[in-house]
Amino acid sequence: MADPMTQPTPPTPPHPTTGLEPQAALDAEMAAISSSYAATLDATGASEAGVRRDYPPYRSSRLRHPTKDPHQVDPEGIELWSPVFGARDVDPLEADLTIQRGGEPQGERMVVTGRVVDGDGRPVRRQLVEIWQANAGGRYVHQRDQHPAPLDPHFTGMGRCLTDDDGTYRFTTIRPGPYPWRNHHNAWRPGHIHFSVFGTQFTQRLVTQMYFPGDPLTALDPICQAVVDPAARARLVAAYDHDVTQHEWATGYRWDIVLTGAHRTPLEPEEDA
Amino acid sequence: MTSTPTSTPTSTPGQTAGPFFHYALPYDGDHLLVPPGSPGATWLHGTVRDGEGTPVPDALVEVWQSDAAGEVPRLAGSLRRDGRSFTGFGRCATDAEGRYGFSTLVPGTPFFAVAVFARGLLHRLATRAYLPGSSDALLDALPAERRATLMTTEDAHGLRFDVHLQGPHETVFLTYPGEAG
Repeated sequence: MADPMTQPTPPTPPHPTTGLEPQAALDAEMAAISSSYAATLDATGASEAGVRRDYPPYRSSRLRHPTKDPHQVDPEGIELWSPVFGARDVDPLEADLTIQRGGEPQGERMVVTGRVVDGDGRPVRRQLVEIWQANAGGRYVHQRDQHPAPLDPHFTGMGRCLTDDDGTYRFTTIRPGPYPWRNHHNAWRPGHIHFSVFGTQFTQRLVTQMYFPGDPLTALDPICQAVVDPAARARLVAAYDHDVTQHEWATGYRWDIVLTGAHRTPLEPEEDA
Repeated sequence: MTSTPTSTPTSTPGQTAGPFFHYALPYDGDHLLVPPGSPGATWLHGTVRDGEGTPVPDALVEVWQSDAAGEVPRLAGSLRRDGRSFTGFGRCATDAEGRYGFSTLVPGTPFFAVAVFARGLLHRLATRAYLPGSSDALLDALPAERRATLMTTEDAHGLRFDVHLQGPHETVFLTYPGEAG
């Protein structure tokens, strides 16, 4: 009897109205990549800690990812430093996304906090963290987002803060809703918050996204699944933390960010201006 | 010196900046490290293109650099510039034709560090934009046509540095030891 795993996948026609491929076609592609990765992992033990640059199920990456191997260099000069951000750059109120537009935004108020640390667990101190996100209905304040969900006059969805001496950042915001996009037919991004973080060096510069625990859409999402290693993917998911949750005010989530790849010794004295 | 960690944390993977960063990451004066036309100012500029040579209108370019004397700036104020302090950091979203540009100083060291983010780009890309005539170990290790992708060229506006994400002219992108992302 034929092994069902080896039978060819039947072709999946595009959606008659949108002309886009069905989720099932994407699921099959993503499952094949996962199986191939699992087999390689079994054979070699070499896990992938990061995101793939080339991940065909994310259709808009097709012409935008490098196809040549990156060139490894030892960082030098400016690459061993990060910009200095200070009180003149960031107003503490910018960390509260619920007070920016003169009224209370709709949705589940939440606190998201965590630490930015290096590969040895040392805090990244007084560095810039920027976030942006959709509103509770999954709509972005952006002219390119025209899907029929309401804008919230009281919510912009961007915030900034500096980490403290312990590397901790903290935002008050609204839980973002899932967002539909046209990677394929009936494609929905899981609720997510975009994060832009700086380490102590250029080499650590990172833009990423935070997801929520238990979201059924992460398994269907080609951006999240472009992190093919399940343990690495789990590092993009925040944890619900009842100690962060505030009585009659906000739910709480905790998400730590680890930036490896520092080279300059952190024992050098800080030279903040 | 420090307590022994019970486990080694592992790096947080990157994700694309997506199409909607424009109301969050750009800011007033982001690409003006020095006021245009001020003494020593140059215009570092170029176009970001995809694998078919099409301009990328939703990319974000960052430049990190030393000052004209080659010193690493340690001054705050990149997000709210005072018009005097050189902070060495700038950011520019590409326009509808994929173009970016920075009013800045020519660094006293051989290259600008450049980071590129975009919709469709799952992880940020790092590269170097070298001043014309530069030579170092990295450049020497590359074949001539690859080396050329890291060189700025002088033009009527200042210094030109195009970024090709993919294709026959693909820019040399860099990784560093220990980096995951």
